[in-house]
Amino acid sequence: MKPFTYERAKSATDAAAAVARTPGARFIAGGTNLLDLMKLQIETPTHLVDVQDLGLDRIEPIDGGSGGLRIGAFVSNTTLAADERIRRDYGVLARALLAGASGQLRNKATTAGNLLQRTRCPYFYDTNQPCNKRAPGTGCSALTGYSRQLAVIGSSAACIATHPGDMAVAMRVLDATVETVKADGATRAVPIADFHRLPGTTPHVDTTLQAGELITAVTLPKPLGGTHIYHKVRDRASYAFALVSVAAVVQRDGSGRVAIGGIAHKPWRVEAAEQLLPRGAKAVARRLLAGAKPTRDNAFKVPLVERTLASVMADARGDA
Amino acid sequence: MHQRTDDGSAEFAPPQGVYVDDAPSEPSSITSDVPARRTFIAQTVAGGLGLLALELLPSSVALAQPSAPVDALRASMPVITEYHAGVTFTVNGATRTLDVDTRVTLLDALREQLKLTGTKKGCDHGQCGACTVLVNGTRINSCLTLAVMHEGDAITTIEGLGTPEKLHPMQEAFVKHDGYQCGYCTPGQVCSAVAVLDEIRAGIPSHVTTDLMSRPQLTTIEMRERMSGNICRCGAYSNIADAMAEVAGVRA
Repeated sequence: MKPFTYERAKSATDAAAAVARTPGARFIAGGTNLLDLMKLQIETPTHLVDVQDLGLDRIEPIDGGSGGLRIGAFVSNTTLAADERIRRDYGVLARALLAGASGQLRNKATTAGNLLQRTRCPYFYDTNQPCNKRAPGTGCSALTGYSRQLAVIGSSAACIATHPGDMAVAMRVLDATVETVKADGATRAVPIADFHRLPGTTPHVDTTLQAGELITAVTLPKPLGGTHIYHKVRDRASYAFALVSVAAVVQRDGSGRVAIGGIAHKPWRVEAAEQLLPRGAKAVARRLLAGAKPTRDNAFKVPLVERTLASVMADARGDA
Repeated sequence: MHQRTDDGSAEFAPPQGVYVDDAPSEPSSITSDVPARRTFIAQTVAGGLGLLALELLPSSVALAQPSAPVDALRASMPVITEYHAGVTFTVNGATRTLDVDTRVTLLDALREQLKLTGTKKGCDHGQCGACTVLVNGTRINSCLTLAVMHEGDAITTIEGLGTPEKLHPMQEAFVKHDGYQCGYCTPGQVCSAVAVLDEIRAGIPSHVTTDLMSRPQLTTIEMRERMSGNICRCGAYSNIADAMAEVAGVRA
């Protein structure tokens, strides 16, 4: 790791201000992704602002009786998945969290940190190779390289990386909102749909957060009811990233919502495709993946999305 | 197992940055009266490499013969204070105060500064689980957390779970069921296994829990899923599962 200075902030605004005024500064929460990347010198912050003392570790009902929940940015993945309200009313989120990483990592990884995790593209990790996300302007090694894990849709000529997480896919299907604060104390609420970016010509920018902007919470709207399913297809039964994952909330009349993980730079949800749920997985998948540009290595993901959707829809109907 | 002092820490320690005794392919000495390889290697390094070796040796290393030149050299080295921080936490019940470079992981603080070499460095990237310790009763990868982030925390390592004379029930079960071959992943496996049973009893669900609204059961399928963050290259998994089942009081 490169040398860095370290401080523990006392308030969310102080933390945002500390990062805003210090060039090369980063927030650190659970550290499970950032420290991994710092050891490889993919991330080289000169100053770390620790956010563990900010009181962002609670899960509370949203004021005003709207029926939703506010999840503190520092709530661990384990705590969130084990919360009774999440298990009862937002099962797709609990399932997505439990499908991710290992027990040790879930104990440390936080809600905000999970949203901000970087891609696991092998070329992003290999500092000897060109990568527009790690070193803008150097090129994309994955386009002509090993791309089995990588994106089939929403990618660009500059980057075919995926968002690797599970939690964000469930957050997307639930229409969560990301709450932030800036150095001057200004707050804003970003719909999860607008939080992660597509790579375009600036793949080094993963999200729409501004410099020094700190996530303070993620809010969930009132429960949707229905059947909650998260189906993750991966190379081994546990502790592996998704090749394809499907987060779904399906109502008794067959209507519902679906978001797909493992196929794009952000959780992939197309509301127009959801209208086709009563017509079956094939129709939904065709609409969801319209314009897909898979590589030779990951072309299997296109039929895999349809088959995983079919499996999820069968589960939702209660078919054995 | 190495000879241990009363506080449970290893009596002999290698120079900083030299992981001679813990290579996965070289099981360490298994009886306490075998000549101390750590001392032998430390002396060999210090004697054979001269000044180069001195740079490897922090003054706090407990060599059999303390070296005044090492201390003098160490004292003359500049310490860039802005990259250092003090931190106080408890390890296995004892309060420890350290001055650490901010880059030092909890794993390296335990191994290199506190000489608690029971916790192992495998991948150093959170993929293998060899570094698993308990922090405030919760299992984490000690390689993916900074020592300075643990002010006031209570840390339990394998040395704090049991001793060769008085094994923790999970350690005893690992021995009985042959839950290891080379032994390198074992401290992490044992720490993780102890925490897994606590997590199931606390009602924390897992990927294989069928019904999110009922309490998870102490079954082998639950334990296996929850242990997926601990890799064993020798493949002792089924014996580890047997050991855990015995401690949990269920049939494997």
